Amino acid sequence: MFKVLERIFKDKLATEQISLAGSDRFRGPVEGSASGEVLKACAAACPVQAFSVQGEEYRVDYKKCLFCGRCVEACAKAAVDEAAEAGLKHKHEDALPVLVEAGQEVLQEVLKVKLGRSLHVRHLDAGSCNACDFEMGAMSNPIYDLHRYGVHFVASPRHADMLMVTGVVTRNLEQALKMSYEALPEPKLVMACGACAAGGETYGDTYAVVGAADKVVPVDLYVPGCPPRPSAMIMALLAAADMLKEKMK
Amino acid sequence: MMTTIMPEAILMAAEKYSAGGKHPLTAMFGRDETASGVGYVIYCYFEIPEDKTMDGFKVVFNPNGSLEYDSITHIVPAAAWYEREIKDMFGLVPKGHPDLRPLVLHESFPEGFYPLRKDVKVNAKVRGERQFKVRTAKGEGLFEVPVGPIHAGIIEPGHFRFSQAGEAMLQLDAKLFFTHRGIEKAVEGKTPYEALPIVERICGACSIANTWSFCQAVEKALNIKVPRRAEIIRTLLMELERIANHTGDIGNIPAGVGFNPAISLGGRLKEKLMRLSEAVAGNRFLRGMIITGGVSMDITQELRERIHNVMDEVADGVEDMATMFREQENFQNRVQTTGIVRNQTAVDLALVGVGARASGYEHDSRSDFSYGVYDELDFKPYTKTMGDVAARLLVRIGELSASFEMVDKLIELLNNCDSQELFVPVAYAEGASWGISESARGSNFQYVALDSEGRIDRLFVRSASYANWPALPIAVQGDIIPDFPLINKSFELCYACIDR
Repeated sequence: MFKVLERIFKDKLATEQISLAGSDRFRGPVEGSASGEVLKACAAACPVQAFSVQGEEYRVDYKKCLFCGRCVEACAKAAVDEAAEAGLKHKHEDALPVLVEAGQEVLQEVLKVKLGRSLHVRHLDAGSCNACDFEMGAMSNPIYDLHRYGVHFVASPRHADMLMVTGVVTRNLEQALKMSYEALPEPKLVMACGACAAGGETYGDTYAVVGAADKVVPVDLYVPGCPPRPSAMIMALLAAADMLKEKMK
Repeated sequence: MMTTIMPEAILMAAEKYSAGGKHPLTAMFGRDETASGVGYVIYCYFEIPEDKTMDGFKVVFNPNGSLEYDSITHIVPAAAWYEREIKDMFGLVPKGHPDLRPLVLHESFPEGFYPLRKDVKVNAKVRGERQFKVRTAKGEGLFEVPVGPIHAGIIEPGHFRFSQAGEAMLQLDAKLFFTHRGIEKAVEGKTPYEALPIVERICGACSIANTWSFCQAVEKALNIKVPRRAEIIRTLLMELERIANHTGDIGNIPAGVGFNPAISLGGRLKEKLMRLSEAVAGNRFLRGMIITGGVSMDITQELRERIHNVMDEVADGVEDMATMFREQENFQNRVQTTGIVRNQTAVDLALVGVGARASGYEHDSRSDFSYGVYDELDFKPYTKTMGDVAARLLVRIGELSASFEMVDKLIELLNNCDSQELFVPVAYAEGASWGISESARGSNFQYVALDSEGRIDRLFVRSASYANWPALPIAVQGDIIPDFPLINKSFELCYACIDR
């Protein structure tokens, strides 16, 4: 037992500053350019129709994007004959996918005034594959140590300021989501976390699926990623608690 | 070739193929083959461990005739859930089944809606009011504790109804399948390549197991030989996924008793492994690595060294945790003799993975079947006999050290593998087969049938948790309700992959 303690002491502080960088292979937001023809091939390869093309311009809907890399792969394949093609690639240094929605600013005001920068969150799995849930769990480990930011997970929606929804809303959980939202005290905030809750296209439209979270309850903040990494989730929570600027310095 | 039988012969066939329980029922599922004039079909697959293969039969129903058959649940108890699911999805009714409540489709679906029949559109939006009655025990002084589907922690949704006699749990009834997304229907009509992003999102924690079983089934159906380098990498990825899950689990089980130092240490080790996964695959869940025909990326020399180093660090940490567990009497008091599954129960329910092996049932697809390069790794399943929480914890720790050794051997194999070929191109065509791989929770079985254009006609996914869930209500009986989180965590059953 003493050996164990000794080793733990030797490790010193495990908690890290939140970093946005990913490993070399990390698939972050898409950047670069390609010809219209090549971009069409990229759009066709997207499993969730997040990649749209207009002429030589393209747009990625990061609410839906799975960060699966198929557009970049298709670009490389299609661009082989076209020399001097810059092509698309994934960013990995600044790997935090942009937070979506203008609602953010309003949200920050509300939080500052009413909550004084503390945030109590209730998680709700509305039909996720559990990857988002595992990453949410990881936020509480000693490395990310979410509690240092004044963000806490609570046991009931009645104790929460915000509902953090993961997963595409299923028919079997639609009622649970509605009831949890109703149980939330004012001001009710909802964060759609991950491609399923934010975009709702991961599995397509099936008999068992209602869709993205905003089809059932009003959503204030969308966090892209499949799943968003713990650091991205923390950034999103900080944005929600108006601490983003301070932490990005 | 599977034997085709008429519905009247199902009991005899079940008796013969299960061989008195010697051959566990791996999967039982329906398929709509009315388009080819066959009818509705039930497939039953049994494992034949002595031949390292599977065998079974299919039962053919005339869609215009009777859709009833004799339930095989009283001969093969493991069939209970499968028969309920087939009734929900195809409307084939097992006569004499002890519990015919809906399994997958909850109250918002109408009666008579069978989503996996081909005449139902994938996005059919029908509403109705189906009945689902939760089971409770009645008697003087007994009371109920309802829990979920929204829980207090960050976990997946399920509804539990405990019938209590004071602190002791008399009975537990679980209503599951809340996260049912209709995945098996969603992939119909897609090519295996198009379906892969969905298959690897059946469950976050088992994406390698799911994609490997899926790709194996496709490759077997089309007679494709995967390059050796890809087989080694697949096996290595599978062991990395197991190590990440087992390490996370041994850090999570102490959360059932509030043993914080162990939780912290486990969380730190898991994070190291998640970051390693990101370095290997570009995301923290090893997605996008396994593709039909092989793997998408190599594991470079640099990555191999990093894997080796991280394994060393994690192995030290796991050893520390094992010491902590062993030397804390309070902890031992809580985990020993808690949540027992007897060996006979494990065999009867055809349990898989850690759930089976902690009850002395040597059931491990890595040795029961031949896939990847497990045959070269000199692998032997690790078992314990007590069947309690402590045994499930020890099996995980034992398997971790075996996996660390295997990772070293796999890196060695990769170093010595001259071929650089990562995948072979696959031309999709008609065919059907099954695939199996051992996830951290147990064997993961999938059946894939491709139509004449090489598009998916039927995908059936039986994850390890599907086989092990029915053991949980048995394990908790007689234990006190504060032990439920502990027992639950010791099985670490996943909801996303049973619900699909």
